[in-house]
Formats: sequence, structure tokens, C-alpha cells
Amino acid sequence: MVESTLTRVLLRVGAGLTLAFMYVPLLVIGLYAFNQNVTQAWPIENYSTKWFSIAFENERARDALVLSVLAALGATAVALVLGTLAAMAVSRYRFFGREVISFAVILPIALPGIITGLALQATILDVLGPIGVSFGLSTIIVGHATFCVVVVYNNVIARMRRAVGSIDEASADLGADSWQTFRYVMLPQMRTALLAGGLLAFALSFDEVVVTIFTAGAQQTLPIWIFATLARPAQLPIVNVVALFVILVSIVPVYIASRLAGGAGLTSDRPPRGAVASELQAP
Amino acid sequence: MTTVPVAETPPQEGLGRRLSTFFFRHPRTRLAALLALPVAWMVVVYFGSLVVLLLSAFWDTDPFTAEIVREFTLENFQTIIERPVYRDVAWRTIQMALLVTLADVVLAFPIAYYMARVASTRTRNLLVVAILVPLWASYLVKVIAWRTILSDGGIVNWALEPFGLSFDGYSTVGLWLVFTYLWLPFMVLPIYAGLERIPTSLLEASADLGGRSLTTFVRVILPLAFPAIVAGSIFTFSLTLGDYIAPGLITSEQFIGTVIYNIRGQALPTAAAFSIVPIVVIVLYLLVARKLRAFESL
Repeated sequence: MVESTLTRVLLRVGAGLTLAFMYVPLLVIGLYAFNQNVTQAWPIENYSTKWFSIAFENERARDALVLSVLAALGATAVALVLGTLAAMAVSRYRFFGREVISFAVILPIALPGIITGLALQATILDVLGPIGVSFGLSTIIVGHATFCVVVVYNNVIARMRRAVGSIDEASADLGADSWQTFRYVMLPQMRTALLAGGLLAFALSFDEVVVTIFTAGAQQTLPIWIFATLARPAQLPIVNVVALFVILVSIVPVYIASRLAGGAGLTSDRPPRGAVASELQAP
Repeated sequence: MTTVPVAETPPQEGLGRRLSTFFFRHPRTRLAALLALPVAWMVVVYFGSLVVLLLSAFWDTDPFTAEIVREFTLENFQTIIERPVYRDVAWRTIQMALLVTLADVVLAFPIAYYMARVASTRTRNLLVVAILVPLWASYLVKVIAWRTILSDGGIVNWALEPFGLSFDGYSTVGLWLVFTYLWLPFMVLPIYAGLERIPTSLLEASADLGGRSLTTFVRVILPLAFPAIVAGSIFTFSLTLGDYIAPGLITSEQFIGTVIYNIRGQALPTAAAFSIVPIVVIVLYLLVARKLRAFESL
């Protein structure tokens, strides 16, 4: 160790402070879910779980939850197919424009969401409207899938880089057709990567709001319901309960995915070094 | 990929097998079959939509009905360049993005350094997960949490009260705090990865040559970690630049995102033209970042 004891103590303190800064707001929203009063003052005077049942009985919130789950499932399915295909192409072949593909899948989350959202909204209104497509579940899924592709792509490509390409050829030599090779040789290798990518895509889609506002029309996903309900102070306790729920739903898949992806890394092909969130990892 | 000639047994019949043989003999076709769907999706859905948006920046708006008139005009760009309000908003947003980036570097560096060079492997792996969880936790919920924390009766003012102080959380400074919070994990992870790549022997060499801790830090660690810092700043900078939800919920001050969001109803062409500003700024930022070799640290 090159660092002096003092440096290391200071680093520990700094790391602790940053970690506290990251988690205190999450804990606060968790505590407020148990706040009995409608006013959002600190300190919380009385704790109660009464808002949980009230939130559960809120029909609009329940409808929004169903829509969010459907949208996330649809977007995850599309992202799994597109991301896996693109990752297989980029990892197994050299071709003109290979770098462009890696760049193109990242762009939807690198550019501001408002631009993606506005662009999709303009297209749905101007181009798809005349041919009978209107805002709804399908447009939400299309928007979400577009930026979810990258997390599946990154997970699968990291796994493919570690796998040996000659196994596919060996499988073919032993008489397997393309489907059998995919089913019995490639899929078992990719399984946890697909699961991790799928979970992250689900988490990404489930709490997305920036793009969804533009693609949902009059429909409300759970985050849009939260966004709309913020304007009604009397409903804030319910919002807090739903917020806690949304946080848990998005955290659990991420936690499982980070375990699945091998060691600590989500997408890293050299774990735990460079264990960077999948969206940060440019292949 | 080398093609191995195997032709002893004649291929069995069956569609699947014939298809496999065909794809094996034509790797280019196989590649095309793999790429067709994802490329079509990205080109048609994503780039197609972006083109529709950019095109609408050249359309006219009827001043009375706010209807879009599909006639080519450069008026929207003229509006954005000439009206000082747009310039002020753009400049305010860029300043905000830079200040958020700065704050995030300061907050991220100690924990990244601790993870990369001090913590045990076990602690390090736990910390990586601990950073990833808030990164993925619902963005909207995090903003709401801060709205509660920064309110008049919230935690911040409760903590300041004994000192006779108060803080207007729903202000530009409050928003700066919120942005700093939101994008912090995006800064920690690249810096951590960058610091971890520095070989310990380099730091020992610096110490052997008489470099004190501070000298080693400034002349060895910082220059080597710089591309990673720039890599993290790509996220803190570009995410701040386009956001409209956090500014809308925290302050009444206008930023690029909120302006685009607010005017899109009556003046979509102007909104489209204004949305080119963050795109251009981000592309320029990415070009500079590439020059600084930040992409290798992503």
C-alpha cells in the first residue's frame, strides 16, 4: 500500500459520506411511506401503514401498475430479441459498419430523453396517425424497447466475447443444424447474460418516465401516474407508498442481475475489474 | 472464419438442415439475417423519428391557430438565435451541467479511489452493487424524495433551523443538488474503473523517486485518471443538459429541457429547432471527450 494511514482514513470518511448522500434520500422516501399525516413535514410525527391499503385500493394506480408491467414485459421481449441478434452479429463477424452498430444502440440513452420522446411523438402523430396507429400500449413498448436494446446487447456481447467461437463450429461439425447449435450450445452459455439483460431492461422500462410521457398518449403507466398525482397534495401519502414500491421493483432486478452477471460486474467481460453499469460500457 | 470442407456424408433432407447448410455456405447471408431486425428497428423507429423531428424544425407555424404549416422556413432557427431568452436558457443549462459535473467529480473521487485501491475485494464488490442500486432506482422517485427533503418543512430546513438558517430548496441551487445526486453513480463507476487500471508499481516508483503523496496524486494519479473522469462527465453533462422533469419539479427557473417541453404544444417547430441545441452541444462534448481519450475508459 502506497497510501498513508491518514490518507486511508480520509478516503474512508469521504467514501462513507458519498455513500450516505446516495442512500439517505432513498431511506427518506421509504420512511415517508409510513407517515400517518398528509403533510410532508420533517420529523415524521406518527407512523402508520394505513396508506398502503389505501394505495392498494386506488384503482387508477392499479391500472397504471398493470400497464407498466405489460409495457415492461413487451419492451423486454423486443429488446431481448433485437439485442441478442445484434450482439451475435457484432461478436461473431467482422463487417463494414460494425462500430456503427455499437454506437447506434447506445445513442437512444445517450441523447436526452426529451429528444427521443419528442421525435417519437412527432412520428406517431404525423406519420403513423394517418395510417391508423394511435397512442397506447404498443407505442409505449416501441419507445421503451428502443432504449432497452442496449442493456441486453451489452450483457450478451460481453458474454460472447468470453465464449469461444470454435464451439459453434464444433457443434456444426458434429452434425447440429443452426437451430440446434443455438439451442444446445449458444443458449446455455448466454442464459445468465440474457436473464441479467432482461432484468435490467425490465427495470429500465418499468420506471421510465421521460420518454413515456410522449409516447403514452392518455394512458398512464405507474411513473406517469406518480407524475400526474404530484400536483394533488392530498394524494401525496399514496404517492409515497407507490414510490417505495417502484423503488423496490426496480432495485430487486438490478440486485439479482448484478449477482448473475458474474462477480460484481453487470456487463464486464473481465469481472470484477471495470465493473461498470451496462449502459456505461461502450463495447 | 475458415471454411472446412466436409462433404463425405450427403446432407440429410429437412428444411432446418437445408437452411443450416445454406447459412453455413453463405456467411454473409447469415450475417444479414442476424442484422436485419435490429438494424431495421434502429433505422426505422429511432433514426426515422429523429429525422421527422429535425424536419419539423423547418416547418412554419400559423401565428393565429398554432397549426403547423408544412412550408419550408428558417424562421424557427432565427427565433432561437435572435431572442435572448433562448440564449440565456441555453447558457444557464450549460453552466448547470458544468457545475453538476464538477460537484460529481469531487464527490465521486474519494469513494472511487477507496474502492479501487484501499477496500478489500469483498468490500469492493459490495460497494459496486451499492453504487449500481441507486443508479437504477427509479429516477422519478429520487426527484420526489428530494422535493420532500428540500421543502420548507423538510429535512434540510429542519437541520438548519437550530442555527437560525433557512434554505430555499426550490431554487437553482436546490436543483444543482438534485442533479448532482441523480448522476453521481454515473461518475463513480468510470472513475473507479480508471483508477483500478493504474498499476501500483507506478505509485511506488513515484514514492521511490521522492514524490510525496500530494505530488504523486497530482502528477501521477490525476493525469492517469483524467480520461476516466471525462468519461464520467459525458453522462453527468449530457443527462443534465436535456432533463426537464427535475427542473420542472424543483424550480420555476427555465432550462433547455423545460423550454422544449413547455413550448412543444403551441410551437412544435420551434421546440424541434431548440432541441438541436443540446444535440450539437453533446456532439461537440463527445468529440472533445474522444480527443481526451475518454472513450477508452467507458
